[in-house]
Amino acid sequence: MFELLGITPQGLVAQLLVGLINGSFYAMLSLGLAIIFGLLNIINFTHGAQYTMGAFAAWIGATQLGLWLGNPDITLGYWPALVVVPLLVGLFGIVIERTMLRRLYHLDHLYGLLLTFGLALVIEGMFRHWYGISGAGYDVPESLTGAFRLEGIGLALPKYRIWVVVASLSVCFASWYFIERTKLGAYLRAGTENPALLQAFGVNVPLLITAAYGYGVALAAFAGVLAAPIFQVSPLMGSNLIIVVFAVVVIGGMGSIMGAIVTGVGLGLIEGLTKVFYAPASDVVVFVIMAIVLVLRPAGLFGRER
Amino acid sequence: MDRRRIAVLAALFAGLLLPFQDVIYVVFIMKVLTFALFASAFNLLLGFTGLLSFGHAAFFGAAAYVTAYLCKELGWPTELGILAGVLTAMALGYVVGSLAIRRLGIYFAMITLALAQMVYFLEVQIPYTGGEDGIQGVPRGTLLGVIDLSSDTAMYYFVYAIFVAGFALIHRAVHSPFGQVLKAIRENEPRALSLGYDVARFKLLAFVLSATLAGLAGSTKSLVFQLATLTDAHWHTSGEVVLMTLLGGMGTIFGPVVGAATVVGLQNYLSGIGSWSTIATGAIFVVCVLAFRRGIVGELAAAARRLTGKRAR
Amino acid sequence: MKKKLLSVIIASTFAAVAHSAAAQAGKISDDVVRVGVLTDLSSIYSDLSGPGSVLAAKMALEDFSKDGKVLGKKVEILSADTQNKPDIAANRAREWYDKDRVDAIVDLPATNVALAVMEVAEQKNRITLVSTAASLPITNDKCTATNVHWMYDTHALSVGTAKAVVDSGKKSWFFITADYAFGHALERDASKVVTDNGGTVLGSVRHPFPGSDFSSFLLKAQASKADVIALSNAGNDTINSVKQAAEFGIMGSKQTVVPLLMFISDIHSLGLKTAQGMFLTEGFYWDQNERSRAWSKRFFLRHKKMPTMVQAGVYSAVLNYLRAIKAAGTDEPAAVMAQLKSMTIDDAVIQKGKIRADGRLVHDMLLLEVKKPAESKAPWDYYKIKAMIPGDQAFQPLSKSTCKLVKK
Repeated sequence: MFELLGITPQGLVAQLLVGLINGSFYAMLSLGLAIIFGLLNIINFTHGAQYTMGAFAAWIGATQLGLWLGNPDITLGYWPALVVVPLLVGLFGIVIERTMLRRLYHLDHLYGLLLTFGLALVIEGMFRHWYGISGAGYDVPESLTGAFRLEGIGLALPKYRIWVVVASLSVCFASWYFIERTKLGAYLRAGTENPALLQAFGVNVPLLITAAYGYGVALAAFAGVLAAPIFQVSPLMGSNLIIVVFAVVVIGGMGSIMGAIVTGVGLGLIEGLTKVFYAPASDVVVFVIMAIVLVLRPAGLFGRER
Repeated sequence: MDRRRIAVLAALFAGLLLPFQDVIYVVFIMKVLTFALFASAFNLLLGFTGLLSFGHAAFFGAAAYVTAYLCKELGWPTELGILAGVLTAMALGYVVGSLAIRRLGIYFAMITLALAQMVYFLEVQIPYTGGEDGIQGVPRGTLLGVIDLSSDTAMYYFVYAIFVAGFALIHRAVHSPFGQVLKAIRENEPRALSLGYDVARFKLLAFVLSATLAGLAGSTKSLVFQLATLTDAHWHTSGEVVLMTLLGGMGTIFGPVVGAATVVGLQNYLSGIGSWSTIATGAIFVVCVLAFRRGIVGELAAAARRLTGKRAR
Repeated sequence: MKKKLLSVIIASTFAAVAHSAAAQAGKISDDVVRVGVLTDLSSIYSDLSGPGSVLAAKMALEDFSKDGKVLGKKVEILSADTQNKPDIAANRAREWYDKDRVDAIVDLPATNVALAVMEVAEQKNRITLVSTAASLPITNDKCTATNVHWMYDTHALSVGTAKAVVDSGKKSWFFITADYAFGHALERDASKVVTDNGGTVLGSVRHPFPGSDFSSFLLKAQASKADVIALSNAGNDTINSVKQAAEFGIMGSKQTVVPLLMFISDIHSLGLKTAQGMFLTEGFYWDQNERSRAWSKRFFLRHKKMPTMVQAGVYSAVLNYLRAIKAAGTDEPAAVMAQLKSMTIDDAVIQKGKIRADGRLVHDMLLLEVKKPAESKAPWDYYKIKAMIPGDQAFQPLSKSTCKLVKK
């Protein structure tokens, strides 16, 4: 059996699968960011906090909701949460867009960044205050516990992780299809190019923008619910992730939908490989790639310069 | 104009008297001064050249590490330690700057962030920095072999002198023909280019100058607190300096100073309320962006202009 | 202008000298004993220390005297947030010592924070009582004459857990280590114990700190076929490692997962279902004896959570600091330190504790096993006590300490 730097081919396949799982999280989060940036021209720093909100909402639904309502039997299970939570958090996003972000569209990117950064601090701080820093655990749903044993390569792959890849990639490609291939999606794209003209054609652009923000935020919350059984549900889970996801969006090309998805998955794989060969660098590899890409291809891999 | 000069002199003098009061702790003032210098250096880039760097902590942190290492482990005298720190920041600024200035806007910010993350990674990995324990117990030494800086009061005057010198340099740069070109680039880069200015060279100069002064602030800070740690180089510090500048008033001379005092003060005086401090800080930024976009100094200046009857802007 | 500056400098130097001289005089300096709890109120260690540590300090004062006084003088408990940043902590410590006349600072989560504050305290000749930080340099090359390292350290943790696990027949080890000084220290200390006791270390992997996905490292560990996967990380990193080990079916398999540092608050947030069966070492468990139960229940009533070992450590540190002042008849640091080092530490948290020349408080540690969900009869009933590790075995021997205060 041949080995490459002490790694068996089986081990390599396993690591790539793990990388793919992380990549699908990156893809889903960066997709939301890309949609928001494309249409609102806002770099949504709250994205990480909204992802945290998703995870916390799922956990609250499963363990706290009954206590709040005075009847411990009332719980929101995993599957309903997967639908309800993104809707709720998306709605929260819409409120933010209507009351705050709306006032910043005519200004520099910087202000949007700063406002959403402040909001992220507030949201994170509140979870920290109420639920503490170590957070809580959320169980894998009954139907997805256990692992597939791939005897051929001697690997146990948790069923839940497979579900995560399937769910997130389907959502990603559905979003892509919706935006690139449907009429409403065409409006969206037109809105990113020339909102004034689109408005003149009688399309309600402000509504479109609100909806887009809500959708982007809902995606983050969906990712949060998916992540809850894998990672500890803690106030910090989003802020650790957000900066990497930013890098993904920039590498993919700001505002490019396909770019965000492909780069997200790709970077997950590259990060997985780095963990195999030189683990301490796995945090920095994303930034090395970002620097190289930006120096060589200023608008990102899939972006156009504007 | 004369009145202005008197005001500046009065402020300078007030600075000299600060150690003789018991209300504000003198080390806290030193911290404010180092961050004020850091933010002013950053403002030179953001406020006067229109370039948002999201990696300024790299210069601040690298200089702090170099100074701390040389003074502690190799026993270098204080002045040389600072000089070496500043030169490191300058060199690093040249490298990062020459890569970053080729791009604009958000891409510029992201390149600086990426490079700063790499610097951070190196600082985590190389053995000289002591990992997350940092370099502790850096001796403040004696200035020119005469003045013992271990006294907080002596140290204060040293830091104050550095701050005034750095601030004066920035002030001078902004009001020189060089500064005018920078502003022209900020307002309309193609136009500056068409007027025959070597825009890239000016940007690079501004970047290196800003990085150098950020390094000076970092070196000074490592001596004030007698330590250099990863906090100095973390991207949160890069974010903090953006906040200081915006909060105080970007593109105003005194804005960053006020912003630094506010942010450092918030950190210090909100620390008793624990988890509420994050929430309060966040809320302040939200309110600032929504209601006081010109920053504290910017809003005050606008109010003053309204009062004196001149039209705002 | 220049002349003025010079005279200002001279005047201020005199003022500073006079200042510090005044602090030395009197039985109780400035007639108040101030104890500052410098802890993490808002960042990653706020659950295991944080507000609970502040409460523990207050309880220590209440238990010491009903009227809150020592030698007839008032005692004040102050608290502040380090935000887990050494420069903020050092700044606060300087301000406390210089301006607010704080006499002792307790808790100090994270080694970098502790070292920064100890440095300041040494310069100002004031006391630090470290409870949460865990690295060995605190009582070795970075030791100070005015510091006591109260609860535990990386050496005690690795000796406790690693020796027990190797002795149980699990000889080959693989480490998943957080890539920072603390993680390296844990790995180094534990590896030594493993090899000294006849085990082998098959390998290790270093992950960036903080991390969130550990599956890749776990797969590597699994592939190594080691008997034991040791986690030399802390806090949420450990929680996530254990959680994901369970997900990949490692928990409860032939391979044993051993967290080298875990607090009861971590077990609480992880849940027994995932954590069951793990071995770990702590310096205190609320259910260890009658006195600890009585004290912990009072703590629980006010904090809604059982104390972690470091919160208990803060209680013990403050209580004994006040006892030492009373016995010495002064709060002068050198006299108090001499008193602390000569007395036996005995309270609800620590029994038969002795403070050595290097500032190490030596006391018995506990080897614990996390209960199965069925065995747990009440909330916070999480551990079975497997063994008591005598202090002189758990901690690094004084002869090996590189502390400058140890006479060789």
